[in-house]
Formats: sequence, C-alpha cells, structure tokens
Amino acid sequence: MAALKDIKRKVDAVQKTKQITRAMNMVAASKFKNAQLRMEHFRPYATKFMEVLNSLALRVEADSHPLLAVREPNRIRVICMTADRGLCGGFNTNLHKMTERFIKEKTAEGKEVQLIPVGKKGRDYFKKKVSIINDRADVFGKFDMTLAVDISDDVIPSFIKGDYDELYIIYNEFINVSTQRPVAVRLFPLPSIGKDTDVDPEARLDYIYEPSDEALLERLLPMYVHVLLFRALLETSAGENGARMAAMDNATRNCEELISSLTLKYNKARQAAITAELMDIVGGTEALAKG
Amino acid sequence: MADELLIEIVTPEKIAFNGAVEEITIPGTEGEFGVLRGHAPLLSSLEIGILSFVKDGKRMFYAVNTGYAEVTTSKVTILVETAERSDMIDKGRAQRAKDRAEEELSKMDKSDMDYENIRAALMRAIARLNAADRSN
Repeated sequence: MAALKDIKRKVDAVQKTKQITRAMNMVAASKFKNAQLRMEHFRPYATKFMEVLNSLALRVEADSHPLLAVREPNRIRVICMTADRGLCGGFNTNLHKMTERFIKEKTAEGKEVQLIPVGKKGRDYFKKKVSIINDRADVFGKFDMTLAVDISDDVIPSFIKGDYDELYIIYNEFINVSTQRPVAVRLFPLPSIGKDTDVDPEARLDYIYEPSDEALLERLLPMYVHVLLFRALLETSAGENGARMAAMDNATRNCEELISSLTLKYNKARQAAITAELMDIVGGTEALAKG
Repeated sequence: MADELLIEIVTPEKIAFNGAVEEITIPGTEGEFGVLRGHAPLLSSLEIGILSFVKDGKRMFYAVNTGYAEVTTSKVTILVETAERSDMIDKGRAQRAKDRAEEELSKMDKSDMDYENIRAALMRAIARLNAADRSN
C-alpha cells in the first residue's frame, strides 16, 4: 500500500509543477508580445536613421572620426548581453559558451580582454572567471533608450581616450520565437558606413547642413551606437521571452507525459493490490471450506 | 490646404506625432528655427529643448532629446531619442531631476567624467519643465 501512496504523492507534485510551468509560459508569452511590439515600433526609427546616416557618410570623408579609428587591437572589451533570469532553455548558456570561447581565443593571441556584462545571468557567471568592468544587472525588467545611452557613455569616451582598441558585442540575434542565434559583432572601431549602400549619390536631395556636414556626422555617430545597442537590447528581451515560452511549453508537455505514465503505474499498482486481496479472501474461504 | 506641412516625429519607442501642421519651430544646434511649407531642404542636428508646432491654430509643445531634423519642401522628419508632449510631462518628477542634477553639478568640476552627462540631464529636466509650463 505504501507504494500506492508514494505514486499518488508524485502525481500531485508533478501536477503542481505543471501549473507553474504553464503559468510561466503564459507570462513569457505576454512579455514576448510586448517585446515584439517594441521591436516593431523601433524599426521606423532605425530605418530612417540609417538612411540619413548613410547619405551623410557618402558626402563626408568619415574615416577621420575617433570612433572609426583603427588601432592595433591589443586591448579588447566585450559586451556580453544575457538575460537577467534563467529558465529559458539554452538562451544564456549558449551565450556563456560563445563568450568563453571568444575570450579564450583572444587571450591565446596574447590580447588583453575585459568583459562588460549586461544582464544578471552573464554577470553572475563571469564574475569570478574573468576581469569585468561596467557591469549592469537587472536591467531588462523595464528599459528604454536611456539604458542604451548609459552603456554607450561607458564605452564611447574610454574608446576615444584609447583605453582599449576594439569593442565586441555578443548577444542572441532574434530570428523567430523559437530560434535565437548567438553572434559576436564588432562595434568599435565602427565599420565604415555608407560604403556598401546602393543609394545613388546624385539622386539624393542636396541639403543645407546645419552645422556643417562633418559636425553633423560627429553628432550622429554616437546616436548610431545607441541604435545598435538598443536593437541588441530589444532582441535580447524578445529572444529571452521567446526562449522561455518554448522551454516552458516543453516543460509543461513533459509534465503531462510524466503524469500519464505515473497514473498508469498507479492504476496498475491499485489493480494489483485489489487482485492480491481477492486472492487472499478466496484462498481463505477455500481453506475454511476444506477444514 | 496648400500651405500645410507634413511632419513626423519618430522616437525609438513610437511615432510620437504624424500629421499636417501649419508651422513648426525646431530647436536646432545653431539656434531655434521655424519651418513653413516650401522650406529649402535642410538637415540639422537638434539640441535638447522644446519643439513646437501649430496645428489647427493651436500650438503644441514637445520636450525633445538630441536627434536631428530632416526638412524637405513638403515634409519634416524629426528623429529624436525621446519626445514628450507637454501635457504628458510629470512636472514634479522633472523638478526633482533638475534639483538632483544641480546638486550633483555643484559638487563636481568640469574635468569630471560624468560632468557632461549630468549637465545633459539638467538640460533635459529644464526643457521638460519649460515645455510643461507652456502647455494650456
């Protein structure tokens, strides 16, 4: 009889777990919807911005700006953008692995690497392993452009000052709800802009530039960094919740499977117990009749 | 109406305004300037400040953060990192932000790394307060 009770208890426990995972799935779904909406709202801004930046870059010899300065990359900084929380499948783990590999490679080449973790999971994971600076944790609950501006304020002045020579960002590129791909992108020096666009320079309107076109570009470049960072933040936030949705959906399904197999086991055990009891009774009466 | 000007104010969060107006005043880097329909094509960066336009005879104010304005003969596109309509601004919060920034600034000198950031925060708070004062 003890086995029966044990199985029953297990079924109840799994049932509770299932409730939790299903609730988390629904929460993640609503957050995901939000994040996706924000990505959509951001798109016109980013597109318009790139249009102007590219047309401006076509006119100006942009290579002189300090954010485009190419130096011997001896000191490297890496922004690793993870989620604040776990329970989202391989979302964070894949990033950790990629970042670790990246750091190992660069260190093997004799370069000095510093990590800028954004998001709590990455911060906690790398805290004791590598040298970290300017870490930011618990940021994804509620964030806006200010966060991208804050991160830029950490990295832009120190790059211009020459504290380090290259900046990379490692984050999960958002492909769709269930797919995110970790990527490492070089942020500084900024890749030259406008060179590979097919805008016909003649077709563009000739603007009056205020202040001069160079000064304007100088103002737009930091904004470009904000755009890039904000996009990465949005993709991380959408990807995190998408990954959590998928993970929790799987977990709920696994719970269901577990429950049905446990229930089957329970019923079998119950039937076995009843049969055993019946046999006892039958055996008992037979013995009595004989006696 | 032939003398209407289309404007679009785009921020990373949303399109803050999109429609036809009679006139728009923009806080450019080289000073505030007004734009009517038929303006020569112009690309100007913006300062933290107040942007305003007249729609149906009524003037509306927005506190804006850095960005730029792209002017063509019939359309103005404003791209800013934030834009808040004056009647949506929380004056108390702006006032507190201003006080905090002023206090911090008084404690630092100009060589400080954060000086420019705090100064920008102060400018933003002042712009928001001014915009809020001008509504209604």
